[in-house]
Amino acid sequence: MIASGPIPVRIHEIEQLSPTLKRFAFEPLHGGPLPTPSAGAHVMVTLRHEGRVMKNSYSLVSPPESRARYEIIVRHVAQSRGGSRFLHQNVARGDVIEIGVPGNLFPLAAKARKHLLIAGGIGITPLLSYVPALKARGARFELHQLCTAEEAPVFEKLLAPHAAGEDIFIHGNGRAAFDLAGILARQPLGTHVYTCGPRALMDAVVSSAAALGWPPGKIHRESFGDASGGLPFKAVLAKSGIEVQVADNQTLLEAMEAQGIAAPCLCRGGACGECKLDVLDGEVEHRDDFLSAEEKASQKFIMPCVSRARTAQVVIDF
Amino acid sequence: MTLQFKPNETFRRDFTYRNSSAAILHFPFPFPEDQYMYSVNIEPHVKGGASPAYDHVFDVDEHYVAECRERALVLAEDPKRCQVLPHMMAAQWDTLELLMESLAADYPEHFSLTKAGDLWTWVNRPLGIHQSFTFGKAETLPCPPFEYITRQAQGDFTLQDQREDNLYVDGGMVTTQADWSLEFDIGMSFHEWHGPVPLAHEKGVFDRALKYLLRLQYGAPVRRLNWTMTINPRLDTSPENYPVWGPDKASVTPENVGQKVHLRVELQTLFRLPRSNAILFGIRCYLASLEEVARVPKWGKRLHRVLRDLHPDIQAYKGLLRFREMAVDYLAPLDDGAELSKGIQSELTQL
Repeated sequence: MIASGPIPVRIHEIEQLSPTLKRFAFEPLHGGPLPTPSAGAHVMVTLRHEGRVMKNSYSLVSPPESRARYEIIVRHVAQSRGGSRFLHQNVARGDVIEIGVPGNLFPLAAKARKHLLIAGGIGITPLLSYVPALKARGARFELHQLCTAEEAPVFEKLLAPHAAGEDIFIHGNGRAAFDLAGILARQPLGTHVYTCGPRALMDAVVSSAAALGWPPGKIHRESFGDASGGLPFKAVLAKSGIEVQVADNQTLLEAMEAQGIAAPCLCRGGACGECKLDVLDGEVEHRDDFLSAEEKASQKFIMPCVSRARTAQVVIDF
Repeated sequence: MTLQFKPNETFRRDFTYRNSSAAILHFPFPFPEDQYMYSVNIEPHVKGGASPAYDHVFDVDEHYVAECRERALVLAEDPKRCQVLPHMMAAQWDTLELLMESLAADYPEHFSLTKAGDLWTWVNRPLGIHQSFTFGKAETLPCPPFEYITRQAQGDFTLQDQREDNLYVDGGMVTTQADWSLEFDIGMSFHEWHGPVPLAHEKGVFDRALKYLLRLQYGAPVRRLNWTMTINPRLDTSPENYPVWGPDKASVTPENVGQKVHLRVELQTLFRLPRSNAILFGIRCYLASLEEVARVPKWGKRLHRVLRDLHPDIQAYKGLLRFREMAVDYLAPLDDGAELSKGIQSELTQL
């Protein structure tokens, strides 16, 4: 379908899964089917609160065939930039919010002979849409969910509808007791591994697989970038002469938008490349997955959706 | 516009294919400027724009019924014109969903789709088809889903799988092609299947186009126009059948050039598919004789200038060497040298 966002949706259902996890179900405000989502897809949710506009991307956890409603699961994090706190504290059943057309930067590989899925904590969300799609295709898979002991029952419950048992494992004792290298080593040829969760876990999966000789094309990590905050800095937009103050809990893109600047963007997670800006002066702390190592080293570009200035000021050609 | 289908026109032997006046104005003339060179001329595939061919997601015109019959003839002779590799099953269903939903929404008088859960009913009135089936269950259709729906569409289609930061042509329905072979190309990567194109590799066109397409978003399809020239209104100019159509090039004379030589335009559309994350590439072929093109004065003049000044490597690659000069001589008297507006629009409301 040709669908240009945003799509207004009504919050149809909110379920408290744990003290910090809530599941939200959306239905289209104006009826009709939503765009067909894909396994691993995310939507950008736009929230408006007291004159502030917050945009966060969340993986869809509803099955890919579900076009009547979408579901997301949101963790309330202490250092929230506003979006997850707002969803947890201010959004009620019946409220109307806007979402974008689903995008997918973490798709299933069509040629994989087996799918090995490794998630940490709330990183399970994209895999919740993978599992029914893999089952429908009759594909072979193995899922490992790492979490704290106290949250293990929450994830057991989320995975229960899919658990035909033997292929889904929940590890409630954290990373120490998890034999990552052993699991990777015993996979059959043609297996693809997918990982989503804390950066340290994803780094460990990628480096362990690489060390065992897995081809890069068979290693997949969820890419939302690392958009958590950092030191405040000032961005000088050279063409427009505007100075943008970026707060510690804000991205450069959000700070630009807060000043009414229509900056290009798409995934808001450092992956798609749409928001790339040219840097004239200042040093960039790159947090994206889009620029090549050479481009990052050149210090000529910044992806404002995730990356920050390492210097007090950065001058941008915009 | 009410479509008057011309079910009996032919694209082989007696070549009775002709364009009505309305169809000529509907033709997506491919030259926005007086010169032609390769570029990444991709734009969002939104409804409306410089050509009426852009008014629908998939354009249906007066040749629809005849083109579907021609496709069936080609497939009967050579079933390998439709091939899809086994890992592309999700992309097959994606294609069927996209085509059925788009055709039913854009042409409700000709197509309809009703759904009761997974049980779908598809009605194609121009072809007299009424089919109930279960979405996702290939055995409930008379043939695999990609073949099923592309037999009911104008233009060729290929399916690209995205992996390892590249695109692979892992399926297609190819019966109206400009001298390329699915049987030869299937499984190739983006740069491999574009290998024969001259000049564009050096300009970095394919590097940039690939990077752009890898980022193609669901719900935001894109399009471009491509072109070549074909002798007689023949849709199937395949390498497999070169002995059938190759000799046609020697049949052009100064007397028949206006009727024999056709401008062949491809409206190429690219859609990110949802379940498979594959890309559907539509290659919709339009044919108009020089005589028909020249009925739009701006187009006749511009085609003259483009053909006259065309880079020799492109002339050779597109196979124009035998008849280009005759075409230029035919068009030259129609070109007064006046300055022409930028863009492909005909600037006429009727002929």
